[in-house]
Amino acid sequence: MLDGVVSLIGRFPALAGINLRIEASEVILLRGPNGAGKSTLLRLCAGLAPLSGGSGRVLGHDLGLRSSRRLLRRQVGLLGHKTSLYDELSVEQNIRFWAKANQADPGMVDVVMDRFGLAGRLRSVKVSGLSAGQRRRTAMAIVVCRRPSLWLLDEPHSGLDQEGRGLVDNLVLDAAAAGATVLVASHEVDRVVDLGARTVTIAGGRAIAESPDVA
Amino acid sequence: MLRDAGLVALKDLRIEWTSRILTAQVLPFGLLVLILFGFGISPERIVQGRDRRTVLEDVSPALFWLAVLFSSLLALGRAFAIEAEDGNLDALQLAGLDPAGVFLGKMLAISAELVVLELVIGGGALLLYGATIEHPLLLVAVLVATTFALSAAGTLYAALGAGIRVRDTLVPLLVLPVLAPVLLGATRATESALYGSASDGWPWAGFLGAFALLYLGAGILFFGSLLEES
Repeated sequence: MLDGVVSLIGRFPALAGINLRIEASEVILLRGPNGAGKSTLLRLCAGLAPLSGGSGRVLGHDLGLRSSRRLLRRQVGLLGHKTSLYDELSVEQNIRFWAKANQADPGMVDVVMDRFGLAGRLRSVKVSGLSAGQRRRTAMAIVVCRRPSLWLLDEPHSGLDQEGRGLVDNLVLDAAAAGATVLVASHEVDRVVDLGARTVTIAGGRAIAESPDVA
Repeated sequence: MLRDAGLVALKDLRIEWTSRILTAQVLPFGLLVLILFGFGISPERIVQGRDRRTVLEDVSPALFWLAVLFSSLLALGRAFAIEAEDGNLDALQLAGLDPAGVFLGKMLAISAELVVLELVIGGGALLLYGATIEHPLLLVAVLVATTFALSAAGTLYAALGAGIRVRDTLVPLLVLPVLAPVLLGATRATESALYGSASDGWPWAGFLGAFALLYLGAGILFFGSLLEES
């Protein structure tokens, strides 16, 4: 729940008094023009962006407290514009490193590599040699390993082929079915709404409309 | 903390092993600096009033540590560039790794790289400058203490610049003044190890050890705050 939340990036208020209430296991589509504050909202919900004003609780953690934000971070899975991969390591080395760092079940590594089509020849390929879509798949596999309670997906379909986009859709449905909450910032409105998402429109760092029906 | 430190250190060393940047770029750079210093000082000039020691041999400790210091800037910059380029600092925070463990891991990986640098550049200095070692035990202590002093302070200050776009130029500006006392202490102690009295060198080695411990403590305490701000 966010109440009048302000988040400053430098001196710029990327979020300028946003109010939002999201229930557990909801799927939310965040829509809005470029620079509206969607990505900052996702980073705020991940405990990464600063809370400069207002108050907010995510998964029961107070965003105003550093110690609380640290606990929150362990429970979220963020797929942002950047993929957080090490170029010099192979796909498998990257997934294994992040699985260990996230204290994920080591058995999940092979499962997610299979699921995202990374188990074949891509397994030993250096990440620097991957296409944008393959990098995205690898990043998704790492998020799945985490088994987060809150999924924060920033333009998750971008750079993916048809099969990859289907994987993202299934991921969202599976996460929601397992009881996780999913926030998706996307310009692909129809696609995400078809997944049963409630839509929140953001502009100028504020939520200006909420609707189950997309206008 | 130690588990996270090991994980980060092994990952960083694996990246360096795979990329070969240390062996293909940083080491040759260090040796090049060493050779260029040698060009600037005539090998025939003898230090006045001393026993047949050349000027080059006399200043070799300072030149060796300057070459190591300049090379270490490349290693430090690289250690955080790999985290900053693709948003990995955020991912490290999301993973819930102990910030002190991340600091320690980065520091250990940089220390391992510095040891390789020091051995190769040190070998080059002995060969090129004709220096000899009088007190090997003191020299080993100085190398160990200076390695940890450079890596602890360097890691802390390199992290300061990690999230900044101009980090490549900013980090040397931040790090070099802080490491000036290390350069002074390491040079004096190495002079004692090569051609002086060991009793003059040990206090400097102690100073370097204290410097390393100070920054190790600061890193363990404050690295989390630095990560938050980066």
